[in-house]
Amino acid sequence: MKMKLTTLALGAMMAAGPAMADLVFPSLSYRTGPYAAGGIPFADGYADYFTLVNERDGGINGVKAKVIECETGYNTEKGVECYEATKGEGALVYQPLSTGITYQLIPKVTADGIPLHTMGYGRTSAANGEVFSNVFNYPANYWDGASGIINYLLEENGGDLNGKKISLLFHNSAYGKEPIRTLEELSKKHGFTLSTLPVDHPGQEQKSQWLQIRRDRPDFVIMWGWGVMNQVAIQEAANIRYPMENFIGVWWSGAEHDVMAAGDKANGYKAVTFHGVGRDFPVFDDIQTHVVDKGLAAGAGDQIGNVLYNRGMYAAMLAVEAAKTAQEIHGTNDITPAMMRDGMEALEMPEARMSALGMPYFGPSFNVSCENHGGPGLVGMTQWDASSKTWNLISDFAPSDRDVIQPLIEEDSMAYAKENNIEVGCK
Amino acid sequence: MFYREAGDFKTSYQDDSQTFPIKFDRIRYYVVLALAFLVVPFVINDYWANAILLPFLIYSIAAIGLNILVGYCGQVSLGTGGFMAVGAYACYKLMTAFPEVSMFIHVLLAGGITSLVCIAFGLPSLRIKGFYLAVATLAAQFFLVWLFNRVPWFYNYSASGQISAPERDVFGILITGPNAPAWATYMFSLIFLAFCALVARNLTRGTIGRSWMAIRDMDIAAEIIGVNPLKAKLSAFGVSGFFIGVSGALFFSVYLGAVEVGEAFGINKSFLVLFMVIIGGLGSIFGSFAGAAFLVLLPVVLKVVGVDVLGWPTDIVAHIQLVIVGALIVIFLIAEPHGIAQLWRVAKEKLRLWPFPH
Repeated sequence: MKMKLTTLALGAMMAAGPAMADLVFPSLSYRTGPYAAGGIPFADGYADYFTLVNERDGGINGVKAKVIECETGYNTEKGVECYEATKGEGALVYQPLSTGITYQLIPKVTADGIPLHTMGYGRTSAANGEVFSNVFNYPANYWDGASGIINYLLEENGGDLNGKKISLLFHNSAYGKEPIRTLEELSKKHGFTLSTLPVDHPGQEQKSQWLQIRRDRPDFVIMWGWGVMNQVAIQEAANIRYPMENFIGVWWSGAEHDVMAAGDKANGYKAVTFHGVGRDFPVFDDIQTHVVDKGLAAGAGDQIGNVLYNRGMYAAMLAVEAAKTAQEIHGTNDITPAMMRDGMEALEMPEARMSALGMPYFGPSFNVSCENHGGPGLVGMTQWDASSKTWNLISDFAPSDRDVIQPLIEEDSMAYAKENNIEVGCK
Repeated sequence: MFYREAGDFKTSYQDDSQTFPIKFDRIRYYVVLALAFLVVPFVINDYWANAILLPFLIYSIAAIGLNILVGYCGQVSLGTGGFMAVGAYACYKLMTAFPEVSMFIHVLLAGGITSLVCIAFGLPSLRIKGFYLAVATLAAQFFLVWLFNRVPWFYNYSASGQISAPERDVFGILITGPNAPAWATYMFSLIFLAFCALVARNLTRGTIGRSWMAIRDMDIAAEIIGVNPLKAKLSAFGVSGFFIGVSGALFFSVYLGAVEVGEAFGINKSFLVLFMVIIGGLGSIFGSFAGAAFLVLLPVVLKVVGVDVLGWPTDIVAHIQLVIVGALIVIFLIAEPHGIAQLWRVAKEKLRLWPFPH
């Protein structure tokens, strides 16, 4: 009887005391519009990992994660609406998966004190944490991608690209223009000629660009595409019989749906990456047992193990790890966006930690610091095998050419700081 | 019953031809103005400002501008997105070139620049009309977007081709940038909207407005009775361009803060503003407000009802939204081509005669 009373009292106290609020992770997803093919698997992966953490571990150190999904359609106005609608609910970190929306949110999150994680996209110079205090783009950014592609080509060609012709086929937007500066610098350094071919939104119309490629016969074609543009480009490349081994996409141009449409002709197409591909990782067994078998999978549940699903899952994993770091630093499990920011800045991802999470060698090991919000920028190369319908990692994660990238980051971020009167430095 | 004219006698032409001849309407108008200026700024928060009120105010200005061109002067235009881009880029160049000048001046100048560009693209309207003019203005839309993407001078040679608004103020109060308070951005846009609506209403009631409407109804007849088509058409393009430029400048600097020309000012924007004018009502200032409110609020309402209340998946709601907006445009074109403004007008007529209809 006494036991019961104590339990009752305890229960009453728990109920009366402030209930532990959920940790809120908004997902500004897009499952509609011309970029939905990439938006759906990413959003599924992002949601599924949080479901897994809730189901398997009972939350992040005992506090449940709650994902609020808001449809942006890759549209900046809707992105802003989604941000304003969700930020009041204690949103810990935003990952909009759109360079356009990222540019909108960079000043807003900085004013509101909420961190923004743009993994492999967004504003590259945000890697300079002394200027962009609330923006993170680890583990790799666009310029790492551009440099990684050139490094790979150097390796393939015995360290010499002198006199080679490289064409950049890019989405004519902020996103597509990002690598141009870096590639120009690299062309000066390594002596190749660079020609740029813009493709307008959404990217179905590429006939003239590919005529140009057929006439110029570049040794390599680099692609900075997203959404429907990728499928069309790969199909067009197949039509003019451009050798697929010499056609390399950035990580946003290298998923299953991009190459499937061209069938066998897409065999050998390459893309850089900053994380593992396929579902040969123990974490997928956990997802099967705790998420899929319980009927909790996000979306249609048919994307598991795809390249962009993995990326969404990776993004969620990094967010969870950063939240745990923040809980450790501040000694409380109920963290605020400001604490989350500190957690992201102090994030360490050694290989041991990833193996413990069931993702051995899934991504490069890296540390984030106040000066460097971009991580080390290790990138690897993947290649599409049309017969088995799989992407395969064909090189190790290798560092990018920081001698070229670092000054560019410095220059661009300082220009931003000057324009916006930002006090540079670590607090 | 609400709109009683009994006791509301006019004894002068001035009284009879004022904007709101019925006393009840007039009082309601002042109440709305007072609410907008004196109450809303004190209760506004970030969500209301950035997600609902700012887009509503700014799209209203654009819809008034387009309504002058399409609704009052009958010159079909599909170039609204491009002209808004001119306003935005003009404002950006001015803001970065003259940081110490007040935002008021920048926005007005941006409107003036757009007005000139709009007149230049309106020149073909002297020879062509209807669908052909629509195609000519469509060319303006594509040309302008291409131009702002192509020439780095317009975006100050930034690496990404985006323009982003630096912090600028009016009388020491921040208007642009992330630290601008919600009430300030709201008031700034509201002042422009009130100003534009007042100017538009009075222009359309006067000589210029009548010459526009004469051209719209039958240009040859208008020419015979002495309306100069050159003057009428180009003044419509000029005035319309000014309003659209102001809205573009506000859209970029106050509302979004950073803009990518193809994404923010693409052909979709032209269609969106045209739909606002069609659903709201051609040739009506109130219609411009109604159309803008309708198309800004509808997606938000559908999202709140579909996702937050009913718990449906976000993609289903987004698709339903497309279906509903499309269906509404078709229904309006068939059932009430004069839009919400006409529905409102009919409702008023009925209420005035109630309970004894003809």
